[in-house]
Amino acid sequence: MSEPLKVPTMAEFMAQGKQPEVLFWVGCAGSFDDRAKKITKAFVKLLNNARVEFAVLGTEESCTGDPAKRAGNEFLFQMQAMANIKVLNSYKIKKIVTACPHCFNTFKNEYPVLGGNYEVMHHTQFLKSLLSEGRLKVEGGKYKGKRITFHDPCYLGRANNEYEAPRFLLRKLEVELIEMKRCKSKGLCCGAGGAQMFKEPEPGDKDINIERTEEALETKPSIIAAACPFCNTMMTDGVKAKEKETDIKVMDIAEMIANADDL
Amino acid sequence: MQFIPNILFIIALISGIGYFISNSRKLIRNIKLGYKTDNSDHKKERWKNVVRIALGQSKMVVRPVSGILHIIVYAGFLIINIEVMEIVIDGILGTHRIFSGAGILYDYLIASFEILAILVLIGVIIFWIRRNIQKIKRFWNPEMKGWPKKDANFILYFEMFLMIFFLIMNATDHQLQQIGSTHYNEAGMFPISQFITPLIDNFSETTLIIIERSAWWLHILGIIVFLNYLYFSKHLHILLAFPNVYYGKINPMGKFEILESVTKEVKLMMDPSAIPVEGEEAPAKFGASDVLDLSRIQLLNAYTCTECGRCTDVCPANQTGKKLSPRKIMMDTRDRLEEIGKNIDKNGIFIPDNKQLLDDYITREELWACTTCHACVEACPVSIDPLSIIMDMRQYLVMEQSAAPNELNIAMTNIENNGAPWPFNQMDRLNWKNEN
Repeated sequence: MSEPLKVPTMAEFMAQGKQPEVLFWVGCAGSFDDRAKKITKAFVKLLNNARVEFAVLGTEESCTGDPAKRAGNEFLFQMQAMANIKVLNSYKIKKIVTACPHCFNTFKNEYPVLGGNYEVMHHTQFLKSLLSEGRLKVEGGKYKGKRITFHDPCYLGRANNEYEAPRFLLRKLEVELIEMKRCKSKGLCCGAGGAQMFKEPEPGDKDINIERTEEALETKPSIIAAACPFCNTMMTDGVKAKEKETDIKVMDIAEMIANADDL
Repeated sequence: MQFIPNILFIIALISGIGYFISNSRKLIRNIKLGYKTDNSDHKKERWKNVVRIALGQSKMVVRPVSGILHIIVYAGFLIINIEVMEIVIDGILGTHRIFSGAGILYDYLIASFEILAILVLIGVIIFWIRRNIQKIKRFWNPEMKGWPKKDANFILYFEMFLMIFFLIMNATDHQLQQIGSTHYNEAGMFPISQFITPLIDNFSETTLIIIERSAWWLHILGIIVFLNYLYFSKHLHILLAFPNVYYGKINPMGKFEILESVTKEVKLMMDPSAIPVEGEEAPAKFGASDVLDLSRIQLLNAYTCTECGRCTDVCPANQTGKKLSPRKIMMDTRDRLEEIGKNIDKNGIFIPDNKQLLDDYITREELWACTTCHACVEACPVSIDPLSIIMDMRQYLVMEQSAAPNELNIAMTNIENNGAPWPFNQMDRLNWKNEN
C-alpha cells in the first residue's frame, strides 16, 4: 500500500459545511465480505486518484433491503428503504455511486416511489464518466492483450440494460475480450440473485455457479472480469471447484483498473 | 333446394362464431377475476411494443431457425385470411370466387396465397419434426407430458390439413376451369397447386366437383373448428399476444412493484404520531396464494402463453436440474384459473374447493429456486412475466406464513437487527478502511 486511503464520511463533510460530489454506497458485501472489501478499496483508490470529492455513510449505512425484497419480505424491504431514505435525504444526497448492482438497482428503481430520488450510478458507469472527462487515465498496463471474459451481472445488464460501461472499461485496458456463449441480454446468472446468496440451492444436478464457471472457462481466460461482489464470490467458488484458482483469477473491473498502473 | 348449401353454411358460420364469442366472454370474465392495475401510462411506448414485438416478431428472431419459420407461418396465417373472406362471402351468397372480378390482381393474390400455403405447410412440417423427431429439449420437459404435447401436435396437424385442403381446392378448381365446367370461370393463378394437376387430370367432372366442394368445405369448416379449438388449447397467443404485449412491462426489468398496502403500514410503524385513517381496512392479504390474488395482466399472461418454453430453456435454475420451470408457472396459473372458471360456470359464483395455486399446483421448492435473474422475462417473445407471479407467491409465503427457508429467515433477522444479511455489527461497517 502506497498512500493511506482517504475515506471521508458524510458526517465529516456535514461538520465542515460541505457537500461531496457523490456518495459512495459501499453496501453490505463491500463493507463486510473479505473478498468484496478488496473491491471497495480498489474503487476508493481510483476515486482518490481521480480526486473525486466523495463520502461514505460509514456506520450510518445499512442494507438497502434488496435481499429482503427478492425473498418476498416487502415489510422489511420498505422499512430498510424508508430508514435509508431518511438518512440520505437528511444529508441532501443527490448522487450515489455503488459497486453493487443490487444496491444500484434498488436505489435507481425502487426508492423513488418511497421518496428517495437520486442520480444513481454503478461504479463501472462512474469510472467510465471519469475516463471520458479525463479525470482518470487508463492505459493497457499489465492487462494489455490478456484473454479476459466478462460476466454480466443480471441486475446491471438485463435488469437495467447496462452492457456497455464495463466493456468500455475493458477496452480501455486493451484486453482481448472473449465473450461467453451466453452474454449481455442472454447472460446466465451466477446463481446468487433473488436472495439465493444467503441460502443453499434447491436440489438439482448442478450448482448454477458451476454451470456459469464452466462456460467462462470455455473461453480460456486468464481473468474472469466481474462487476458485482456476489457474482465475484460465486465465480471465485466456481473456479476453485474446478481447481483452476492458480491459473485464473476472478477480478472486479475496478480492481483491474487500479492494478493496471499499480496505483 | 339450391339454397341448402348456403343455409348450411350460414348455420355453421353463425354457430361457430357464436360458440367462439361465448367462450371469449368466459375468458374475459376469468381474466377479470384478477385485480385491476392502472396501465394508462406510456401509451406511445406500449403501441411501439405492439408494432415491434407482436406484429414485428422482434423477439422471435432471437432464435433464428424457429423465429423465421414462425414468421412464415404467421404471415401465411394473416394473409391467407383474405382468402377466407372470399370463401365466407361465397358461402353466404352461393357465388364462386367472388373476388375474381379483380382480374390480374386476383391472379397475383391467389398465386401469393398458394406460395404462402406451401411455405406454411413446409414450416409446420419442420415444426413437427423439431418437436417429435429432433426432440428439442424444451418440448420434452416434465410439464409437457400428456395433454400439452398432444395439444401442440393437434395444432400442427390442423394447420397441415388446412393448407392441404386449400391446395387441393385450388388444384381441382383449376382443372375444372380447364375443362370448361360451368360455374368454374377462369380465374386465379396456381403456381403450386398446378403440381397436383397430373394426379387428377383424368378425373371426371363430377369427381372433380365433389373433391373441389369437399376441400372447400373442409377448409372453411376446419378454420371454424380451429377458431373454437383455440380456447381449449395453448394457441390463444394468436389473438392475445397483441393485448399482452401492449400491457407488458414498460419499466426497467429490475423495477419490482412496490406494495402500497405495505407502505401504509410501514409508515404507521415508523412514525408514532401518524394516525391511521378512519374506516380504512387493513389489506386482506399480502402476496398471492391463488390466482384470484393475481392481477388481470398476470392472468392475461397465463392465457397468452403458448408453451414455447424459451423461458424455461434460459432459466438458470431449470438448466441446472431444479424443479422450477417458468413455463410451468404460467401453465399452472392458467390451469388453476380454468378450474375456477368451471367452478363459476357450474355454481354461478366461486365456491371454495379447498385448492389453491400454491402447493396444489406450484410447489414451494419451485418458488425458492428462482434467482430473479429475469432471463425468462427477457426471453418471452410475447412479454409474459413469470417472475412477477413467483415474487407475489414468495411474498405470500414470507409475509402471511413466515415460511421462508430457515437460512433466509436468519439473513432477514440480521438485516433487521444489524443492517446487513450477515451477523456483523453496523458499527463495524467502516472497519475495512483501516484493514490491510
